[in-house]
Amino acid sequence: MKNDLRVILSLFASSSRLQRKRAYLTIAAIAWGTVAILLLLAFGQGLRLQLDKNRRSTGENIAVMWPAETAKAWKGMPPGRAIRPSMDDIAFLRERMPELKSVFGEITSGRTALAYGRKTVSGRVIGTNVVYGEARKHYPMAGGRFMAPEDEIQRRRVIFLGDELAKDLFGDEPPVGKTLQLNNTPYLVIGVMQKKTQMGMYGGPDANHAIIPITTFRAQFGRDRLNNLAIETWNPEEMKSALRKLNEILGAKYGYDPTDERALQTWDMVKSSKIMKNMLIGIQLFLGIIGALTLLIGGVGVANIMYAVVKERTREIGVKMALGAKRRWIIAPFVLEGLVYTFIGGALGIIIATLLVALTSFVPIEDNKVMAFLGRPTLSIQIGVATSMILGMIGLLAGYFPARRAASIDPASTLRYE
Amino acid sequence: MANGNGNGNGNGAIIRMSGIRKVYDTGKIMVEALTGIDLEIEKGQMVAIVGPSGSGKSTLMNLLGCLDTPTSGDYALGGQNVSGVSRDQLAEIRNRRVGFIFQNFNLLPHISALENVEMPMLFGGVPVRERHQRAGELLARVGLGDRLDHKPTELSGGQMQRVAIARALAMNPDIVLADEPTGNLDSTAGSDIMSLFTELWQQGRTMIIITHDPALARRASRVVEIRDGRIVHDQVAAA
Ligand SMILES: Nc1ncnc2c1ncn2[C@@H]1O[C@H](COP(=O)(O)OP(=O)(O)O)[C@@H](O)[C@H]1O
Ligand SMILES: [Mg+2]
Repeated sequence: MKNDLRVILSLFASSSRLQRKRAYLTIAAIAWGTVAILLLLAFGQGLRLQLDKNRRSTGENIAVMWPAETAKAWKGMPPGRAIRPSMDDIAFLRERMPELKSVFGEITSGRTALAYGRKTVSGRVIGTNVVYGEARKHYPMAGGRFMAPEDEIQRRRVIFLGDELAKDLFGDEPPVGKTLQLNNTPYLVIGVMQKKTQMGMYGGPDANHAIIPITTFRAQFGRDRLNNLAIETWNPEEMKSALRKLNEILGAKYGYDPTDERALQTWDMVKSSKIMKNMLIGIQLFLGIIGALTLLIGGVGVANIMYAVVKERTREIGVKMALGAKRRWIIAPFVLEGLVYTFIGGALGIIIATLLVALTSFVPIEDNKVMAFLGRPTLSIQIGVATSMILGMIGLLAGYFPARRAASIDPASTLRYE
Repeated sequence: MANGNGNGNGNGAIIRMSGIRKVYDTGKIMVEALTGIDLEIEKGQMVAIVGPSGSGKSTLMNLLGCLDTPTSGDYALGGQNVSGVSRDQLAEIRNRRVGFIFQNFNLLPHISALENVEMPMLFGGVPVRERHQRAGELLARVGLGDRLDHKPTELSGGQMQRVAIARALAMNPDIVLADEPTGNLDSTAGSDIMSLFTELWQQGRTMIIITHDPALARRASRVVEIRDGRIVHDQVAAA
């Protein structure tokens, strides 16, 4: 064994000085393939992380329901009845389903006049509960705050603005602490939402709406039927049974079939995020396969050069066999040579790809709509391991098949001299 | 590594061939290159194998040197039966028992004379230092002590053949096989090589030399003549 290694290394050292130019080309092909697979996977990874972040910016483990009409007959009542939960159902559900992380309702007033100074914009105003802020990721910018429990209890006229709405109304002026007019009623601006890129939305982007306490909303607009009822679970796995239980409770209260999915239209974010996750895995896989194929072309290049080397050295191989070289001593230096080309090319490719990925981090993401959606290309350990394994496989195969041909050379006929 | 001491073989024959046939199957036609060879060679003989071109001399040498296997027949080299032996085992037998010398030298072109002579010892597992030293000694013995680091392309034909002879002796083999060793050399270089062979024989080597050259054949202790794949004449010179 030890002798084998010595012989192989010695043979390798004395044989790998040929075919310089082709070796460079081959190494370049492997490097290019490695760059391709790494960039594609990094791009896929960045997309995955960004979409995941964007998805979460609406909220996690949330299901939003909005009133609709029953589709199934129930206990002698015909289908087509409207089911409209009201503000009371929020407290009712909190009591009946203490296992939930939160329950909140939304009452909406679209195209509502919001005025400050001489400026008036028309925006969507939502009356909701305090828990909405956490659940729907309405984080305040520095200097402001979201609604507090007292705001809701005391029906305070306070308002929290989406960042774009705030900009439309206040321009460069800091809005927090100012008083604006909502349908000619004064409201104190308590906070402005931090900017976020949002994937899923209902009603409209969060950046363009304004939030007031649901109790204040009822007092001002005189409505208490909910436009949206939402629940939040602690874990994604709990959502399915939570929704079933909710429909049983509300079905009993409002008289509809708990299995009637049309009674309350539901957007289950857990379910749609699962679909998206699978889709992203699919994209990642697809990108990986394209990258691997590109790399394979490099591997074919290596195999090709190795075949040429075998052909060129046929007589040398025959001579070595005549002198007593065993099969593995012929094979191993070729496999080693293929691996070395692949390794050098792969290392180059990894360096180049890492540099390129590092360069993209200088592109500002905040003001770039494309980047905000696609995310930053990101390299991960898994990508590195996967790429190295593919490289190793290709290197081994690219050396092995030509080496096998070398080992099958018949010394007697190779050394014939006419 | 005794110089092929017969391994308990009663009459000391280092080569025993009986009923050897070799058929080349080229797909379309079958060529029967050897049609039944019976041959015994004693240790320490210098045998010249002669015969017209195409008579099967090189084929016989390939079989003697275990570079190829016969279609049928028995062959024992140094008392070791070599039929039904694996490729790697054949490689080992070649390494330990056979030294080859070719008409076109067949040196490895990219490495030095010294490295060429070291090659069989590398395969034979000889330690580096010993390898180095022995290769140097052998090259000195064939008169190339000052050419150790030369590449084959930097040497004359006669010098290349000397390197090949040094290489053939590297593992101290049972037999030295030379196929037309002077065929590519001018007459001066050729007769130098012939003298070297005679010297080696006198030192106790078993030499088997295929040749067209009557002058070289005359130096042998025994002349075997082949025609159409069989031995037609086998003559031991008077001592
Ligand atoms: N590898 C081979 N394939 C087919 N025919 C061969 C092969 N080697 C030798 N022969 C044939 O076998 C016969 C003997 O060849 P060879 O042993 O080279 O003769 P010599 O060395 O005496 O000139 C020739 O007819 C030759 O054409
Ligand atoms: Mg011949």
